[in-house]
Amino acid sequence: MDALAPLDRDKVGVDRSLVIRNLRKEYRAGTPVLKDISLTIERRGITAIIGPSGTGKSTLVRCINRLADPTAGEIRFLGQDLARLHGGALRKARRHIGMVFQEYNLVERLSVIENVLTGRLGYVPVWRAFLRKFKAGDVDRAFHLLDAVGLSDFATARADRLSGGQRQRVGIARALMQQPDLILADEPTSSLDPKTSVEIMELIARSAGERDIPVIVNIHNVELARRFADRIIGMSKGEIVFDGPPGALADASLLAIYGGEGWLE
Amino acid sequence: MSTAGRSAPFPPNWPARIGLIALAVYVVYAGSILDLTWPRFVEGLGHGARFISRMLPPNVAPDKLELLQHGMIESLQIAILSTVFGIALSLPLGLAAARNLSPAPLAWLARTAIALFRTFHAVIVAILFVKAVGFGALAGILALIVASMGFVSKLLADAVEEMSMRQVEAVRATGAPFLSVIIMGVLPQVMPRTIGFCAYQLDANLRNSALVGLVGGGGVGATLFTAFQRFDFDFVLTIVLAIIAIVMIGEIVSGWMQRLFQ
Repeated sequence: MDALAPLDRDKVGVDRSLVIRNLRKEYRAGTPVLKDISLTIERRGITAIIGPSGTGKSTLVRCINRLADPTAGEIRFLGQDLARLHGGALRKARRHIGMVFQEYNLVERLSVIENVLTGRLGYVPVWRAFLRKFKAGDVDRAFHLLDAVGLSDFATARADRLSGGQRQRVGIARALMQQPDLILADEPTSSLDPKTSVEIMELIARSAGERDIPVIVNIHNVELARRFADRIIGMSKGEIVFDGPPGALADASLLAIYGGEGWLE
Repeated sequence: MSTAGRSAPFPPNWPARIGLIALAVYVVYAGSILDLTWPRFVEGLGHGARFISRMLPPNVAPDKLELLQHGMIESLQIAILSTVFGIALSLPLGLAAARNLSPAPLAWLARTAIALFRTFHAVIVAILFVKAVGFGALAGILALIVASMGFVSKLLADAVEEMSMRQVEAVRATGAPFLSVIIMGVLPQVMPRTIGFCAYQLDANLRNSALVGLVGGGGVGATLFTAFQRFDFDFVLTIVLAIIAIVMIGEIVSGWMQRLFQ
């Protein structure tokens, strides 16, 4: 049982569903990476997005927290259109969205605990960040989260001393530190070995499940998607070609997503 | 077997050959114009020997040592003040010049300013400041601030442009305000290198603080200039030895600073 769950429960009751309408993204005019994606993500559960490399999975996820700017379309979340936000309003919205990255993206030269506390930067005045004078409550929460991801012994170690799996655990703790209403995970296991991949997916599923946070995860590994997701979205060439529960993902759907034949035997 | 259809593996590089020949011709020509002859060199050696013999032994008379101490302390002050202010001003300028953080027009403006600061050697800048604000330490300090900004902000901007944007992106994704992104995402990545530039700049300012004194910017350079003008060559040697000692100490300190912040 996670000792922190009650702290996070004060946010239960927020409508955490995400509605994407006609989302289009072109890095170069005329060659869309995402072609009019429309999608509703329910307020809880894990949604896995699978599909071949270069098909726009990553772009889709990055459009949601605006690490990429959509060319057209609407992304409604917590009563706002994320696609239209900028400046302070965008930063406020980003505080509600935690992100876990393929390469962990920890600040390598900071300590583990500093990396976790980075998750509070949206709420902390600049001078506090500069002097590292985080509020005692935040520091306590950071230590609890490190405990929950099994890294309490590494709090003051520098992030670049950790192994890949450990780094990703810190990345997850950082995302949870935001007390997010949505977690985006962009290929969170692609740089990890198979055993660690399963452990990381279990950690994401458990942490998000306990806190009732919906998760959108891009993932290459179809088996992992089947095992952990409540819903699978298959993308191909910038379009959604499959959308259903893991049980409905038949070989035919995989052929539609990845194309070709023969590789499934 | 025929090799006719195959292109030569090492084709002659005619532009490079012509360039090298032209360079050799120009060196000979320029040397002849400037009277760079062997007899002239030998005659110069004689002058040099007489100059050195007048420098020995170094003058350590108490009144001279007091002059030296006074100049040295002023030079140290010039070096430290100009390094501190130069670095303080370089941080915002360097960040503004980094094209991966700041908007293109601002980055362009900052890069132009940096290029301007780097155009002239500290001594030339010092001459300008001596004309503008008069003789003394202030002119020297201002000149070395400009030199420090040119060096530190340029290298800081380059370091920021080479850092990992992934780490910055992750901090940005938490909704952190811009300055917090700088503090937690950018500075940790560039800090060790920046400390290195700053230590090097302190070292350079120590050396250059003697130089700007020669043109009226205060410090031990002024003492040195006066000694030269009065043909006190034995005192010149004392000053030169003192400057060498200070520069060597500066080098040790800067190396020690760089190790400390690795």
